[in-house]
Amino acid sequence: MSDTPPRAGDAVVRMTGITITFPGVKALDGVDLVLRRGEVHALMGENGAGKSTLIKALTGVNRVDHGGIAVEGRELRFTDPSQAQAAGISTVYQEVNLCTNLTVAENVMLGHEVRRGPFIDWRATRREARRYLQRLNLDIDPRSQLSAHSIAVQQLCAIARALVVDTKVLVLDEPTSSLDKAEVAELFRVVRQLRDSGVAILFVSHFLDQVYELSDRMTVLRNGRFVGEFKTAQLPRRELISHMIGRSGEALAGIGEHARTSITRHSPRETPLLTGIGIGRRGGVEPFDISLYPGEIVGFAGLLGSGRTEAVRLLTGADRPDEGALEIQGSPVRLATPLAALRRHIALSTEDRKKEGIIGDLTVRENMALALQASRGTWRRIPKRELDEIVQKYLVALNINPPNPNALIRNLSGGNQQKVLLARWLATSPRLLVLDEPTRGIDIGAKTEIQRLVAELAADGMSVVFISSELEEVLRLSQRIVIMRDRHKIDEIANDGSLSTDDVLETIANTGVKAS
Amino acid sequence: MTSTTTQSGTPRPPGASGRPAALLQRVSQHGVLWPVLALVVLLLACGLKSPGFLEVVVRDGNLYGQLIDLLRNSATPLLLALGMCLVIATGGIDLSVGAVMAISLAVSLTYLDGAADPTSPATVVTAVLLGLALGVVIGAFNGFVVTALGIQPFIATMILMVAGRGIAMLITQGQITTVTSAPFKSLGSGFVLGVPMPVVIAAVVFVVLVLLVRRTALGMFLESIGVNGEASRLAGVKARSTTWTVYVLAGVLAALAGIVYGAPTMAADANNIGLLKELDAIMVVVLGGTRLDGGRFHLGGLVVGALLLSTLERAVIIFELPSQTTPLFKAVVLIAVCVAASPYLRSRLRTPRPRARVAKPVEVAA
Repeated sequence: MSDTPPRAGDAVVRMTGITITFPGVKALDGVDLVLRRGEVHALMGENGAGKSTLIKALTGVNRVDHGGIAVEGRELRFTDPSQAQAAGISTVYQEVNLCTNLTVAENVMLGHEVRRGPFIDWRATRREARRYLQRLNLDIDPRSQLSAHSIAVQQLCAIARALVVDTKVLVLDEPTSSLDKAEVAELFRVVRQLRDSGVAILFVSHFLDQVYELSDRMTVLRNGRFVGEFKTAQLPRRELISHMIGRSGEALAGIGEHARTSITRHSPRETPLLTGIGIGRRGGVEPFDISLYPGEIVGFAGLLGSGRTEAVRLLTGADRPDEGALEIQGSPVRLATPLAALRRHIALSTEDRKKEGIIGDLTVRENMALALQASRGTWRRIPKRELDEIVQKYLVALNINPPNPNALIRNLSGGNQQKVLLARWLATSPRLLVLDEPTRGIDIGAKTEIQRLVAELAADGMSVVFISSELEEVLRLSQRIVIMRDRHKIDEIANDGSLSTDDVLETIANTGVKAS
Repeated sequence: MTSTTTQSGTPRPPGASGRPAALLQRVSQHGVLWPVLALVVLLLACGLKSPGFLEVVVRDGNLYGQLIDLLRNSATPLLLALGMCLVIATGGIDLSVGAVMAISLAVSLTYLDGAADPTSPATVVTAVLLGLALGVVIGAFNGFVVTALGIQPFIATMILMVAGRGIAMLITQGQITTVTSAPFKSLGSGFVLGVPMPVVIAAVVFVVLVLLVRRTALGMFLESIGVNGEASRLAGVKARSTTWTVYVLAGVLAALAGIVYGAPTMAADANNIGLLKELDAIMVVVLGGTRLDGGRFHLGGLVVGALLLSTLERAVIIFELPSQTTPLFKAVVLIAVCVAASPYLRSRLRTPRPRARVAKPVEVAA
């Protein structure tokens, strides 16, 4: 930032004709991207459009087969991430990639510790770290372990780290997907501050509101190809969406309609499929009651950390409740393990796709088979033909791309990984399917597909629990909404169609938790 | 047997299968390619240096020759590596196998020593079963420490690696127990249909294990546990008991290896039987194309690895090098094979000169 007079709008990074292929997949095909000083540039596209791959090309993680990357006019060829970093490109990933077992100061200053001779001057290092953190209005103890902080704070630490290494380009890959509203506002404040100081920012998010709020310009990708570069102010949403999915906006609206009308809003009050009576777990969620009926979608609303995830884990054997009892169709059960739940046809699709979902080094086929095979036990292997049929069925039904059962799941885009996981659970023919943030980090096309699928499953008599940070989504799908706050279940509202986002927010904000 | 694993392990671009060039491509990317090449080169070199090396003769209906000796010597490392490989697949390691060899042999021979008639088949069977049972107990202990107490496998199995020889010494009361029992001895030096007994035992165990792992879902579960244990648990895989099972398997196989290894001499030398064999087993696993960080494993590669190991040991003798230098050559081959098979190096070699390739875009599945 110190050399010759840089002006806002100068191109800092110019990527041209980027082409990258993976085994069996052509991930990018001649894509261009220009990042300018003092601008926030949004990278838009559906799952599998190639956003992550392009970012990894920029950050030196993926080797580029064809095409060039120029940083400030100099043609560079990155063979590993450290070279990209040396060129001034920093990244804050979707999943925070810091060392959570180190302290905040160590993470922020890693590789830039203050030295006294051959030794590290920890006191000065911590002081420096605190200075950078304060620039981001972050008042935390640099000596505290990173894992002790929320994802939002960890992300800000990652940005603080980007400041330390004198960043010219900051890449933010889905930074907001696990943040609540206030945290997003804080993040945006920091991003704008950086932008105004001359950093070029590449922003990737599936929240259209946030993209429109923050970005100056956007590049749209579709199926690994470059669609175009647009000024955000001049591109109406509907047009953006049709660029992203390659269909007209009307067609998309049609899908939305279909999803809505196919929901049956009856809630048959016969015996509930699963009943929880006063179940709770210390440090997880306070005791609560719940009844889940066949053919009904129950939404869980609440902010991140409100106990949504902890609550459903108690219903599905993922965690054992300390107190309370569970009943399936009126008779008491103990679900001590996920396997016990699966055998009773209760499946949980977890929130953290990477850590608790996919088995990265196994194939799509094996990932789909895993839960069904586990419920059948080690010795009764699923016959090849049966598994072929299952895999083929879901590859087509869920529109998984690439439709190659032998691809390693880690080579798929996030949205397609999520679909494979859905197939894993559906293959066990669940009677109760709990979906924890199934649409997180997923584009509109896949999101609509998953919503429609959920509605159809419930219409066929499945009991579904649906958790999402996006209230609109919860409202659109659920017949009943359980509201969580501060690890308590504070309310349960029937969704008769007149309920609005504001009503739910009002409940979250104003219903008292005991005496407060 | 491994061909099924590799097919799913290295995804091919659709449509490229079946063609000879694509086949070549797959072969060249197969992890076992380099160990096989190294083995062939070594065998040829030994054959040139010592002309009788490649000869196999039939005497009294039994096969003899240096190649047959190689097979026989490969049996013990193969047995150990089979167990080790499954443990490694789950992301663990078993350092105690060498010590288990010593203990199981000590138990078997001590029992024979005290028996009224060490040559009766019933006594020998009991002695072998006792040794194997001991392997089960030790494997169960290792599995308990790893899965129930949650101690890192390296440390957990180190306990018995260190203590095991002491236990063997206690059993033999500090002596080198020697017994004479023809039936027991034949476990190491006998023949079945002309084939040496250890080779038959290793082959049978290999086939049984491959069937066990690939015909059931055990193999997939082991790999999924090794790649992502928590996700596997949430998908209903019994991660704990499955992991426990492979430690027991590794224990039994090590016990069997101890008996097969010690049977020809029938001397339970607690200090030397199986010494450093755990490292040989790990080396065989690595040579066989399985990564030490868990996940995908290839049992077929172990056969190549074990053969390579024993050929190497023999080659040192044939080339009249001091036998103390054997470890050095092991290290050299290990490094050479690992470097040759490294995805990094191969992608490096590939980039600067894009040779004419038939199957269009294929990268190494790193």
